[in-house]
Amino acid sequence: MSEPAARLQGVTRVYPGAPPIHALGPLDLDLAAGEFFAVVGPSGCGKSTLLDVLAGLGAPSAGTVSVEGRKVRGVVPDGVGIVFQEDSSFSWLSVRDNVAFGLRRAGVGAAEIVRRVDYAIGFMGLTEFAHAYPAQLSGGMRQRVCIARTLVTQPRLILLDEPFGALDQQTRLLMGDELLRLWRETGAAVLLITHALDEAAMLADRVGVMSARPGRFIDVVTTAWPRERDSRIVADPAFGVVTARLWSSLRAESLRAMNRT
Amino acid sequence: MSRRAAIQCTRIAIAIIGVGLLEALCRSGIINERTMIPPSEMAGAMIGLLASGEITGDIARTFSTVALAFVIAVALGFATGAVLHEFRRARRAADPLLASYYAVPVFVFYPLLVALFGLNILPLVAIGVLAAAPAMTIGTLTGFDRVPRVLRKVARAHRLGAARTLFLVVLPAAMPGLLGGLKLALAYAFIGVIAGEFILSSGGLGYGIAFAYDSFDNRGMYGRMLFVLLVAIVANGILAAWETRLLHRRTRA
Repeated sequence: MSEPAARLQGVTRVYPGAPPIHALGPLDLDLAAGEFFAVVGPSGCGKSTLLDVLAGLGAPSAGTVSVEGRKVRGVVPDGVGIVFQEDSSFSWLSVRDNVAFGLRRAGVGAAEIVRRVDYAIGFMGLTEFAHAYPAQLSGGMRQRVCIARTLVTQPRLILLDEPFGALDQQTRLLMGDELLRLWRETGAAVLLITHALDEAAMLADRVGVMSARPGRFIDVVTTAWPRERDSRIVADPAFGVVTARLWSSLRAESLRAMNRT
Repeated sequence: MSRRAAIQCTRIAIAIIGVGLLEALCRSGIINERTMIPPSEMAGAMIGLLASGEITGDIARTFSTVALAFVIAVALGFATGAVLHEFRRARRAADPLLASYYAVPVFVFYPLLVALFGLNILPLVAIGVLAAAPAMTIGTLTGFDRVPRVLRKVARAHRLGAARTLFLVVLPAAMPGLLGGLKLALAYAFIGVIAGEFILSSGGLGYGIAFAYDSFDNRGMYGRMLFVLLVAIVANGILAAWETRLLHRRTRA
């Protein structure tokens, strides 16, 4: 059996303080190579903490995290790309320079940078705006710049923390299509954190449903969608079945989280 | 005409009207010539002073002092701001001091500085630094505070070390605050040094203005004053143009 793209074993995260906050786990997850896995859960359940721990941006309090068989120890592992919820484009750089940022830092050759950046900009539909600055773009386009910046580094594991959280519903659906296209094209494994059940149901091969804090997986739903899919899948009757199951798993946890706040 | 050009034109028009009004008030005798000479005569006096070379030494002395004070203040203010930003307790302790700093007249320390450094350029440099460094510290703190946390995460996602994160992400993101600090630091360095020369010095433009005042030399005094004013405006204008150029890309929608 091949090495999973990422593995979490008995991972917990406790934030020190008085009293300490148990944010996550214990939690286990095997993310297969090339798999699209989405995580849904009530607000404050530790979804973003899960991503931070998996990315090496935060250390687990207990348990182990490994990416492609190598333990993650406080540094983002090679081959991992991250897209954040907030606008993380560099306002002082043009779209082209934003996208090339990671490659230049990694010492990739100039010709290769041009090739990869041209491809990523074209892939994300930003060719016309290659010399524009983020302030000249819409929120959706800025998020595409951030995705392109991750795409050029050719990651084998892409972590997305609610990347479409600030976008309107139509744009979210279209961005979802682009994300699926990116996933198919790169063959990378994807872990998507989202609070939108329909987004998770539409995009993922499997959806992990997290409990209220401390976040644990209370259900993992396999969608069984074909690899060649897009946002039109929302019209499929099976989509309603998947979404309904996600909600039935999540409703009690969301109420629990709401009552806590 | 663009909105920016219209604002520029309005600004220039106000300045021309103001100068014209002053000229008329002086020429008509409403403002006594012993109090103020007309702006056209000020300009003539300034050109005369520059052409004769009479103030060349003073210019060199004052501007080298301002430049030295500015460079030291920027380095010191930036380093202090960066350290305070990293250490929260120190920041909490320093915040009230920084907020009330400009209530302290730093010129009262001049005798102490003369005793420490002697009667040379150094006390003036120290006055300039004392006046300008806190502005740079505040600018640095403002700039660093406004760097979105997510950008630091992006730096970590690209496996940048501390130095590259600082130079490639934090400093560019903090640039608006830093530029504000630079502009204020330059203005305060000018004020500190020239006012210091005014109070106790044996040379420099501030000393020249005070000497002309004591000698009832209105042309000499206003000529020097106009020169200082124009240099301050030009220096600030250059920084402001640089700021506009840098920030333009970040804000135009």
